[in-house]
Amino acid sequence: MSGDARYALLITLLCAATLTLFALSLTVGPAGIAFADSIMALFSDKADGVALIMQEIRLPRALLGLMIGATLGLSGAVLQGYLRNPLAEPGLLGISATASLGAVLSIYTGLAAAFALALPLAALAGAVVAVVVVQAMAGARGNSLLIILAGIAVSSFAGAMTSLALNLSPNPFAALEIMFWMLGSLTDRSMTHVWLAAPFMLAGWAMLGALGRPLDALTLGSETAASMGVDLKRVQFLAVFGTAASVGAATAVAGAIGFVGLVVPHILRPLVGARPSRLLLASALGGACVVLAADVAVRLIAPGRDLKLGVLTAIVGAPFFLWLVFRARRRLT
Amino acid sequence: MTLLCASGLNVSLGAKPVLRGLDLSVAAGEFVGLIGPNGAGKSTLLRAVLGLLPFTGEILLDGDDTAAMKARRRALKVAYLAQEREIAWAVPVETVVALGRAPHRPGFAAPTEADRAIVDEAMRRMDVTSFRHRIATELSGGEKARVLAARALAQDTPLLLADEPTAGLDPSHQIALMRLFGELAASGRGVVASLHDLGLAARWCSRLVLLDNGRIVADGRPGEVLTPQTLRAVYGVEAFFGEAGGAPVVHPLDLSGPAGG
Amino acid sequence: MGRRRATGAGLRLALLAAAGPLAAAPALAGPAPGRVVSMNVCTDQLAMLIAGPGQLHAVSMLARDPNSSVMAKEAQGFAVNHALAEEIFLMEPDLVLAGTFSSRATVGLLRRLGIHVEEFAPARSFDDIRDNIVRIGALLDRQERAGELVAELDAGLAALSAAPASGRSIALYDANSYTTGTGTLANEIFRAAGLTNIAEGLGIAGSTRLPLELLIAARPDMIATSFREYRAPALAQENFVHPAFTALEARAQNVSVPVPNMICGAPFTLEAAFVLQRAAARGGERP
Repeated sequence: MSGDARYALLITLLCAATLTLFALSLTVGPAGIAFADSIMALFSDKADGVALIMQEIRLPRALLGLMIGATLGLSGAVLQGYLRNPLAEPGLLGISATASLGAVLSIYTGLAAAFALALPLAALAGAVVAVVVVQAMAGARGNSLLIILAGIAVSSFAGAMTSLALNLSPNPFAALEIMFWMLGSLTDRSMTHVWLAAPFMLAGWAMLGALGRPLDALTLGSETAASMGVDLKRVQFLAVFGTAASVGAATAVAGAIGFVGLVVPHILRPLVGARPSRLLLASALGGACVVLAADVAVRLIAPGRDLKLGVLTAIVGAPFFLWLVFRARRRLT
Repeated sequence: MTLLCASGLNVSLGAKPVLRGLDLSVAAGEFVGLIGPNGAGKSTLLRAVLGLLPFTGEILLDGDDTAAMKARRRALKVAYLAQEREIAWAVPVETVVALGRAPHRPGFAAPTEADRAIVDEAMRRMDVTSFRHRIATELSGGEKARVLAARALAQDTPLLLADEPTAGLDPSHQIALMRLFGELAASGRGVVASLHDLGLAARWCSRLVLLDNGRIVADGRPGEVLTPQTLRAVYGVEAFFGEAGGAPVVHPLDLSGPAGG
Repeated sequence: MGRRRATGAGLRLALLAAAGPLAAAPALAGPAPGRVVSMNVCTDQLAMLIAGPGQLHAVSMLARDPNSSVMAKEAQGFAVNHALAEEIFLMEPDLVLAGTFSSRATVGLLRRLGIHVEEFAPARSFDDIRDNIVRIGALLDRQERAGELVAELDAGLAALSAAPASGRSIALYDANSYTTGTGTLANEIFRAAGLTNIAEGLGIAGSTRLPLELLIAARPDMIATSFREYRAPALAQENFVHPAFTALEARAQNVSVPVPNMICGAPFTLEAAFVLQRAAARGGERP
């Protein structure tokens, strides 16, 4: 089967899987609603219980799972392609760390209790700060090493400040709330969260999606890519700001969900013939599948306890990494 | 037709000036060998022409000033074969070569029949067709070098700049590459290749430009540029000069001065 | 459309909430809520004490945990919820009681769905306890019952202050070296029991770490540790085996305080003060 046909098949399968998991996500919950009833209730305009549950509780959760998963997968693929490093992931730019810091500060200062959208907006503000600092430190046409270093610096600083907030918190309840928020969760998110995150995510996707061809050219190194017509300044801008907008919004709404942006492009890379441009769409779909599946799992495994999404992705992600190490070792020795 | 015209070119890497007031012209039909000791500024010159380094002075490509030129337009005029042979991902050979067509394809357009034909031809000329489906990162150094050269050929530009393209190739492929550059020049294009191998440079280039300390110290036919005096002065070596098969033979023998013979 | 009604009600309540969750909500005009669900362990217990028969439908999971709840046995008689919006929505409550630290997303979503949610901040003083009791009494239309509990609370406080102050000092020293200073319920309990909290003397506010050195230097007469049976061990308990601490323990009087009584502010909070007062009296008799 030719490369093009294989790619088309992969995308078709991923789309099918995403739709299936989306439907599954809609049907999992304490209210035992039959599948057909639940889908019909999505479109009903009555205000009865089932419709409200489907439209206001299940739908936003499934939508956010889809959007956040796609964001993490896409930005992971872009960053790995841009930095030419398979260990790159969205957190590298420090955006999730500063978004978390913004959210944590809003909880710590009591702003989050004062008005409903304070937390997500504070998280978005944090993401903006990260981007500005990284761009300023790395320069408009910084090389990838500078970007990585700037991102690590910002991440470490934000992490330290978050630990400080936890340390100094006079209120054990606030400390617990901060900790739980940082573990990542989609529980009880509403359509408000969807409308808040959507514009930023769409803007981010538009910026990241435009990088397909430049990333292909970057396979040969930044100088050769520049000689083939790639505008490196534009690529850096789109990669950094696209990640900031989409991942910042995702973190603002759901907390820090790790491993997806790192692992999904890794798994899918051999299946797209390692072409960075093809990896973008595949990773977006793959990321959506992973987050939707994880969110279904947290509700099935421990329906009573609020098992955090970030915990599950870490539990699956870490052993996966061990497996990658073993596989690489077998190939090299 | 002048493909490249650089005048008053000054380039500094950090605080250190590398190129000083350099003037260089390359016309269609020329195969220019850029030679000189390490640190003379050969790579710097090539990268300045490509807009990869800031410079003062004027560089005209095909009559157009590069200062205001967009990257994509420049990519249609000059192709670059870098010294670092970087291939970041495990893509098949034909994908690498097809990357050379990118400046010619607008937006998200799919490759055309014409594109595919050019890619096939480039692979044929570089003798890599037999492993077009193999993963590029698993090839030997020399094979990789040929694949990357095929990519530069596929870009199909009037001017080609190559930074040490023969490094790591076996003799037959070195000669094949030099022959190819000669053919490209003969068919109306221009090639500028920086070389360390004086023998190859002498035999195959139509013109040599000798760089030392950021300045051009000699520019002309191989016989004029490569003389015992210039080699002693610039490289500090004694060489054998001869002729075989109608082309000059130059082979460094030993260090000149008290260290050598 | 139905959703407009839900959003409208939700918007109104969201604005009310934005005005400040600590602002006492006006008593609901109209019939008393017939089906109340509580999703916070402290509101659970107050609701169990105040609600009329059949009025309280469900309490949170923690209400059944003896480590967190004084009324763990009574909680068995109610349905249980896990503080999740869908679950609570299905119970069709007229009123939901939550804490100010309950998940913002869950509380927000419940309000969006048109459910009336009242939030209560954790009590930090006996005045707070009194206010919370009165407020719940108003919300549940059980003002008389609330009045009884307030009277119980006041009587208990009077009994405590009637006993002669022992003048002994006390330090609360909990896992991870945490102590409670000014502005905490524990501090008020010590005061009511007639004891001086060394943390107050050290200028400590809120719940924070007390360095072991300062604890030893302050030489408290009594040390209160938490009476908590967690079967799983934790590094947090390491401070208790530090040799300096065990030496201090040998010299001072150790009191186990019932933690569930101190986590939530209610009339049973006084029990902790009585325990401490009796212990202080006993300790004062030792030579």
